[in-house]
Amino acid sequence: MKELNLNELERRFQEKIDKDIKIEPNDWMPENYRQTLIRQISQHAHSEIVGMLPEGNWITRAPNLRRKAVLLAKVQDEAGHGLYLYSATETLGADREETIDDLHSGKAKYSSIFNYPTLTWADMGAIGWLVDGAAIMNQVPLCRCSYGPYARAMVRVCKEESFHQRQGFEIMTTLANGTPEQKAMAQDALNRFWWPALMMFGPNDADSKHTEQSMRWKIKRHSNDELRQQFVDVTVPQAEMIGLTVPDKDLKFNEQTGHYEYGEINWDEFWEVVKGNGPCNKDRIDVRRKAKEDGEWVREAANAFAEKRARKKSA
Amino acid sequence: MSKKEWPLWEVFIRSKAGLNHKHVGSLRAADATMAVENARDVYTRRSEGISIWVVESMNIHASDPAEADSLFEPADSKVYRHPTFYDVPDGISHM
Repeated sequence: MKELNLNELERRFQEKIDKDIKIEPNDWMPENYRQTLIRQISQHAHSEIVGMLPEGNWITRAPNLRRKAVLLAKVQDEAGHGLYLYSATETLGADREETIDDLHSGKAKYSSIFNYPTLTWADMGAIGWLVDGAAIMNQVPLCRCSYGPYARAMVRVCKEESFHQRQGFEIMTTLANGTPEQKAMAQDALNRFWWPALMMFGPNDADSKHTEQSMRWKIKRHSNDELRQQFVDVTVPQAEMIGLTVPDKDLKFNEQTGHYEYGEINWDEFWEVVKGNGPCNKDRIDVRRKAKEDGEWVREAANAFAEKRARKKSA
Repeated sequence: MSKKEWPLWEVFIRSKAGLNHKHVGSLRAADATMAVENARDVYTRRSEGISIWVVESMNIHASDPAEADSLFEPADSKVYRHPTFYDVPDGISHM
């Protein structure tokens, strides 16, 4: 290969991005692009894995067998999504064990939404409807992300997640049409998850330090505020349809813009949860660490079994 | 017991009879048999396949993307390998 200077390599790289040519693992890429992707994809993977915990909490207490089978399938999907994404980080040269250790040491972040507790069965509805709904809104544009393995993983994830949102909305609809106590339970879940769901899109555009570069690299296709607005616009009518009230006294539809205007998000709360001071941060990480430690013997046994099988085969 | 990390495997799935196996992603497993079992759970939860291949990633040999231009250039300059290169008189069919 001809010796090219860094500027020329970067120019060619950006030219490919501008032409919507995907970047694949062995292609030359700027170190910052690689690091940005490793950070984003691993955070995304961690969110899928930690995201199993608030729902796993309710598998044994699902109200009937159908709901239980559905919830189990959803949580299993999340494990799968975490695995697709950890594999994608490995294509960028990240070490899988180190990536997971960064989560367990608190160095790596994951979506702040999973640091809220799931207090009632209605929370399974609210999570599927709002949290998966917000996640889908974030992930659909990522299917066109400039990095091939991430984009391909997102195509699989989005295909699988459409059932996640529907099953959540079905739970909410059933409760909202149930007894007054059931309807109150659904409303309470909406009250607690509405604002954290809006926070899932991240800080306001003015405070989002990575957005500009990520958009230039086509890792990101829409800004945080654009996606948040889109989420509010589609979700508010859904709540109205099932007779629930979005807990925002400033919420109103603007006829001129065709968009809903919503109240101020409590960013102090957001940053506190991101910094590790949410209601369940410590518990989530403790459970993850324990799962890894308790699973150590399984990983060792699998290695021992593989060695034994290999010996038998060669004998 | 050593803390050996499970090797990385590339997974290929045949979605139905008559189609070729297609790369779908990768996973970690202690050996080939377990890699196939894990691939079943990770990549075919919705009947995406009827057959799975796994290949240890270290055994994949790839062309160098930086050399792609020179590697594939010979094909670019041979347009006569395509049927559209040839003039066929009007009125000729089945060709």
